[in-house]
Amino acid sequence: MSNSIRKWIFVLLVPLVVVGILSSAGGGAGHGAALQSANINLDDKDSLQRGAKYFVNYCMGCHSLKFSRYNRVAKDIGLNSDAGFTDDQVASFLKENLIFTRDEDGKLVKTGSLMTNAYSPKAAAEAFGTSVPDLSLVGRSRGADWIYSYLKGFYLDDSRPMGVNNTVFPKVGMPHVLADLQGYQVLEHSEGGEHETPKLVLAKPGKLSAGEYDRVVRDLTGFLTYVSEPAQLSRKMWGVLTLLFLIVLFGFAYALSKEYWKDIH
Amino acid sequence: MAAYPRKTEATGLLGWVDERFPIVQTWKDHMSEYYAPKNFNVWYYFGVLAMLVLVIQIVSGIFLTMHYKPDTALAFASVEYIMRDVPGGWFIRYMHSTGASAFFIIIYFHMFRGLMYGSYKGKRELVWLIGMVIYLALMAEAFMGYLLPWGQMSFWGAQVIINLFNTIPFIGEGLSLFIRGDFVISDPTLNRLFAFHVAAVPMILVALVFVHIVALHTVGSNNPDGVEIKALKNEKGIPLDGIPFHPYYTVHDIPAIVVFLMAFFAILFFIPEVGGYFLENANFEPANPLKTPVHIAPVWYFTPFYTVLRAVTLSPFMGTLAMFGAIIMLFLLPWIDRNPIKSWRYRNTAHMLNLAIFAAVFIILGYLGVKAVTPEFKEMGVRMTEIYFLFFAVIFIHSKTNASRYLIGFVVLAGAVVAIDFWRYNPEDAVSGAQIMKQWIWPIGYLALTLLLPLFVKSCNAEKAVPERVTS
Repeated sequence: MSNSIRKWIFVLLVPLVVVGILSSAGGGAGHGAALQSANINLDDKDSLQRGAKYFVNYCMGCHSLKFSRYNRVAKDIGLNSDAGFTDDQVASFLKENLIFTRDEDGKLVKTGSLMTNAYSPKAAAEAFGTSVPDLSLVGRSRGADWIYSYLKGFYLDDSRPMGVNNTVFPKVGMPHVLADLQGYQVLEHSEGGEHETPKLVLAKPGKLSAGEYDRVVRDLTGFLTYVSEPAQLSRKMWGVLTLLFLIVLFGFAYALSKEYWKDIH
Repeated sequence: MAAYPRKTEATGLLGWVDERFPIVQTWKDHMSEYYAPKNFNVWYYFGVLAMLVLVIQIVSGIFLTMHYKPDTALAFASVEYIMRDVPGGWFIRYMHSTGASAFFIIIYFHMFRGLMYGSYKGKRELVWLIGMVIYLALMAEAFMGYLLPWGQMSFWGAQVIINLFNTIPFIGEGLSLFIRGDFVISDPTLNRLFAFHVAAVPMILVALVFVHIVALHTVGSNNPDGVEIKALKNEKGIPLDGIPFHPYYTVHDIPAIVVFLMAFFAILFFIPEVGGYFLENANFEPANPLKTPVHIAPVWYFTPFYTVLRAVTLSPFMGTLAMFGAIIMLFLLPWIDRNPIKSWRYRNTAHMLNLAIFAAVFIILGYLGVKAVTPEFKEMGVRMTEIYFLFFAVIFIHSKTNASRYLIGFVVLAGAVVAIDFWRYNPEDAVSGAQIMKQWIWPIGYLALTLLLPLFVKSCNAEKAVPERVTS
């Protein structure tokens, strides 16, 4: 066998053996309910702004974003000089719409403050028997699809202290905070095959239609995904610039190498 | 004894320096008159790339250290502070996290190159040994660095690793207490691992890399043909197949470095988490000693050895020994592989199969290490661990190509595999019993391919004559 043929057998054999042996096993078991695709778009600044609004109104009473700052959020979700706002306008907008937390003197916290809240862990433990997680990084630890499915996954369950349970977070400790928007769902176990996935059916409608509620949840998911890594709004642009530079550099480097090596045989 | 003052042909500033430090001679010895074989292929880029990533890690690490707080109450928040409030902080952090994984990818290719071309042979045993010590230091460095963000996987991963020392009889408990500085992983642990990560181990690493290169340049580089280029020299004493490292290989390396940087920055800017493999999702939750994660997986570069650890269920201490044994076997490679031919190009086909299967098995071990244990995966972990260790026995048998070695080797090794199966088989555990019955094929098939194939098919046992000069 010639060496060039052997070389290719060698190169192909490694992935073949890997795939061959691994595919003989059935793979791991699935984890919980399948997640729905969140389908978010972080370039949609209106969606991010609505998400921020929903977050401070519905979530932030209990959940902080303690690594995030109000003014940074404002800048990133399109309340900035590029959109024609002055710093004073942004500050007053923030104080009127997004900042509800007050400092020891009773004054609204500054726009550069971290997005904490006044809910003490002790009070949370008394109310819910558990701590309330900070949500700065839930977009990275759980992912967008999980948040989206979670917010759509609440259903009535009398056995739970808050009266609701969740399909993607079984035995969840929190109440269905968005119930007045979505209404209440029930879990319907269809008769017949045991592999039938249980279905969520709206039992008592809320203020919004199903489509409108999906949009609210998508806005919230987008906002939380952005908050989990603010740098993601700009890093791809840096990536394109860096790669363009490297492509040009490669041309020169390759030509230099060719030039030097033309006398080596 | 050298003349005083030192003679030098250099003038000006260079002359001034050269009288006081052998800068001209050092440059000649390691760059302009270091003669490297002219037939290096792509596999020979990984050495220079490893040095590049070492520099990336040191520089980005220094900047991270300026903002990071080694305190269990502040560590997690300080990393997020770097990610959000420090200008360019996310870039520095991703350089470091991508660099850690890139380092291991490069090192694994670099080591496999050594296997393919027998680069640990011909007075190069020490180059290999120093390299293996570098690899160990690198694993220690990576493990300690992973604790610093103080996320859930930082904490629980460190818990698993430090508890390994617990398994050592008699001294284990005292030893792990000594390592942690507390009864649990806590502030003193974080502080000491920080000190090791930013000061002690990097210094050792840099020193070892220096020694690795001095040893290499003393014996000379191997090449894809495994030909000793110093055997044939011209009248000036320059190897016929050698070319000066500088400028030829310096300019040759630059395009490769650029290609590597393209991949590196594509990951850094577009997919810095690489689907939870370079940055694990669970590590974006702060460490919580009271909440054990459902599934603890180390970062991918440790997972092959993690699978070996999990595969040996005899006792926790035996698992630990197997894991460290898997690394120690690599140290011994120069003395296990006694075949005088260096490159796989001129070895028989069975050896080629052996290397390819070993690479594949290492990848499978790594894959299994990130997955939750199912009966199938558990048995597969055992089987792949068996092949991992059988590889070293087979490579020893392949040192000579006579039929009786193959036959005896196959009988003994296959017998050992079957004996272990009988000893493992527990009639009350039907599930794992069924898996044993199903997956015995992997190690036995491996032995058949590497030992019986060359025994019965003569063409798979044919070695070729090593040429005098390098090819192309």
